Amino acid sequence: MQHYNMNLTLKVWKQKNSKTKGAFESYKVSNISSEMSFLEMFDVLNEQLVSEGKEPIAFDHDCREGICGMCSMYINGRAHGPWSQNTTCQLHMREYKDGDTIVVEPWRADAFPVIKDLVVDRSGFDRIIQAGGYISVNTGNAQDANALPIDKQKADESFAAASCIGCGACVAACPNASAMLFVSAKVSHLALLPQGDPERKTRAFNMVNQMDTEGFGSCTNIGACEAECPKGISLENIARLNREYIGSMLSGSNAEGLTN
Amino acid sequence: MPLNSKIPAGPIDSKWKTYKATCKLVNPANKRQLEVIVVGTGLAGASAAASLGEMGYKVKAFCFQDSPRRAHSIAAQGGINAAKNYQNDGDSTYRLFYDTIKGGDYRAREGNVHRLAEVSANIIDQCVAAGVPFAREYGGLLSNRSFGGTQVQRTFYAAGQTGQQLLIGAYQGLERQVSLGNVEMYSRHEMLEVVMVDGVARGIIARNLVTGELERHFGHAVLLCTGGYGNVFYLSTNAMGSNVTAAWKAHKKGAFFGNPCFTQIHPTCIPVSGDHQSKLTLMSESLRNDGRIWVPKQKNDQRKPSEIKEEERDYYLERRYPAFGNLVPRDVASRAAKERCDAGYGVGSSKMAVYLDFGAAIERYGKIEANKQGKPNTSKEEIIVLGKGVVKEKYGNLFDMYEKITGENPYEMPMRIYPAVHYTMGGLWVDYELMTTVPGLYALGEANFSDHGANRLGASALMQGLADGYFVIPYTLGNRLADDIRTKAIPTDHPAFVAAEKEVSDRINKLMSIKGKESVESFHKRLGKIMWEKCGMARNAKGLNEAIQEIRELRKEFWSNVRIPGDIEEFNPELDKAGRVADFIELGELMCLDALNRNESCGGHFREEYQTEEGEALRDDEKYMYVAAWEYKGDSNFELHKEDLNYEVVHPSARSYK
Repeated sequence: MQHYNMNLTLKVWKQKNSKTKGAFESYKVSNISSEMSFLEMFDVLNEQLVSEGKEPIAFDHDCREGICGMCSMYINGRAHGPWSQNTTCQLHMREYKDGDTIVVEPWRADAFPVIKDLVVDRSGFDRIIQAGGYISVNTGNAQDANALPIDKQKADESFAAASCIGCGACVAACPNASAMLFVSAKVSHLALLPQGDPERKTRAFNMVNQMDTEGFGSCTNIGACEAECPKGISLENIARLNREYIGSMLSGSNAEGLTN
Repeated sequence: MPLNSKIPAGPIDSKWKTYKATCKLVNPANKRQLEVIVVGTGLAGASAAASLGEMGYKVKAFCFQDSPRRAHSIAAQGGINAAKNYQNDGDSTYRLFYDTIKGGDYRAREGNVHRLAEVSANIIDQCVAAGVPFAREYGGLLSNRSFGGTQVQRTFYAAGQTGQQLLIGAYQGLERQVSLGNVEMYSRHEMLEVVMVDGVARGIIARNLVTGELERHFGHAVLLCTGGYGNVFYLSTNAMGSNVTAAWKAHKKGAFFGNPCFTQIHPTCIPVSGDHQSKLTLMSESLRNDGRIWVPKQKNDQRKPSEIKEEERDYYLERRYPAFGNLVPRDVASRAAKERCDAGYGVGSSKMAVYLDFGAAIERYGKIEANKQGKPNTSKEEIIVLGKGVVKEKYGNLFDMYEKITGENPYEMPMRIYPAVHYTMGGLWVDYELMTTVPGLYALGEANFSDHGANRLGASALMQGLADGYFVIPYTLGNRLADDIRTKAIPTDHPAFVAAEKEVSDRINKLMSIKGKESVESFHKRLGKIMWEKCGMARNAKGLNEAIQEIRELRKEFWSNVRIPGDIEEFNPELDKAGRVADFIELGELMCLDALNRNESCGGHFREEYQTEEGEALRDDEKYMYVAAWEYKGDSNFELHKEDLNYEVVHPSARSYK
């Protein structure tokens, strides 16, 4: 693969904190190698800003291998940038050419307030998990792992749903800022396993309830979430969540899980 | 001070049983009065916080990330070991124990390792019950694969995302306890000091990374589950935020640091592509189940790999280690790769890489698949297509990751790989109960030194993290806190809290007041270069002595010329990083000192002066069969304490995988 260097213009959202208003600022970066990752390009920009005595751009990142879910940039109108099933940290600069302008914004959603620049507060996702995204099994309660065979196909589907990294791209991509794909991935992961069965009736109800409380929007079947999900979480999960939710409404036992 | 490891008496397979049967207990009403601080929410921290919360303790958990689910355990790929013997291939608790002791090159404690092997099976049970979707066979039962340094299949996995699935399982358990009010979670908080009251760890000073405010938190005990310190090398497979700060603060408050020089260099990582590189990405060891490692037999061969015929390839691991082949342990595989590249046989533009080739596996799986489908006369092309399908199912996410980073398709041409810093076997010295030399201060998971000796076997880090958190600390912490039930919560206006907070704020003010010219990142890179070149895969006395001097100078320069933008009372990642790099610099010096002290080669610690004629590590059991536990004595001053290792069951011998 041929490597090359490029000069770029970046328009990046700058915002001091959640209380102040933000605005775009323009930056120039030069000699960016096509082998760099997108975040390494930001490292170069930040080093440049520090050396000029200016404040660097705050952005969330950690593992830089596409699994922790921490990085969260909205790049030229797309969550995690142009590559499909990809995180920002795994986007590489060979996507761009010399002279390009790149616009970078934070996730935009009422439920994800901006902390600073490109960093947002996604703690709403944790609270949704607290509402029921678990199996109530204490340490020491378990039987032998092979005592309960699980149909391979179901186990594989459960794994596919469980591969959600909780990054919030689905919310950022959705015009309604709905968290349905995130919630449905967790509900599906657990509903597809026999271990998750005893709490099915309350789980979907309580998690959806919490999602609404957090201020995430409702789902209108647009599908942008699936298109932008870095882990390819399928819309089928939302269909399953709807079935689970209706099931819990019909059972009449929906709110009990809140107090148990 | 003599080190007491507190290994229970009795035969190896009854030590833990006896301990559990005789340790002190805390009754439920008293547990509700006892507060525990857990720092870090990876496998060790999340499982400990969840389990202790379930038991009724009042837990506060801290992580620097925006959510506990992002701790770096999430990135572990290949799997988790457990002595289940589901494959009927002769596995047992003893074999897992033996493999781990041998894999660690006889520098780990027998008692701890046997306990680890004993609880390994419970971990798998616990995780399955919590909803971890491990890989399964068509019969619905759990699947296993092989990892390095073993001859059985005992590794459980979830595609190449085992760490993610295990951490999500532990995280969900943790969030359940948060919802029940048993655990209070503090995300985007970093621990910056241990608070000592009357010689006992009684709390921490944490910084809220969003507001910059310092907070005081009391605990009857403090658990550090803060991972390893591989980022001292700047480039490693660790996450960008992984750091030694919590462990280093504990060290400076009296916790001894065990075997700091024992670093694991993982053999299969994507090679460095340039100076811009911020981290290195691992390609799971599980790939060595099916991938064959080779270099050209001819030096400086410029041809494409596809043009190099079978007989012109040197499968050097299969050649040197026929019994284990491509599945030798990590330290052995890494050194062998370095040896070939240093000798001029490396591949790729940098010549610092070897091939990891799936061609043979694709063909083999393709044939099996064709037979399965009842088509024995399938053409070679079709066999390749079928084989690629099988390989995709097994390792698809890793292949995708490789392609995203390098722009090359590993289904078509072999991967280029090279060793990189991955894990640190060293860490805070702990006794059998996981307590450091500071009373009330514990270290779990990668943050402690205890189970992997001088080299960790693949798929054993996840095992240890969860063993410590789910199955060890719930017993050993109770054994201490049973005597602490009369201690009332200490108010945080106690002078010890005030003094500790002042220490932290003075240091932060000092860092901000330097207003120098060089960025934190630049200092970190310079430190990493010294460490990699002089305390990396191969070390010698001359280099280590030089490194110590260079690091001391770097430290002086850092404290007089670092530039940190922004303010203290705000979200300021540069300031967070400055504190971490300052601690890495001090740790780097201790690592070199430890490497210099250990005049032998063992596991990941390879001193060039001590090797066999064939270039294998040469141990010196006479002089160095001990844990080097270093005590901090102020500014660049460390005192060595030795914990002798007594092998009662396994007889140390030259470690051979030939």
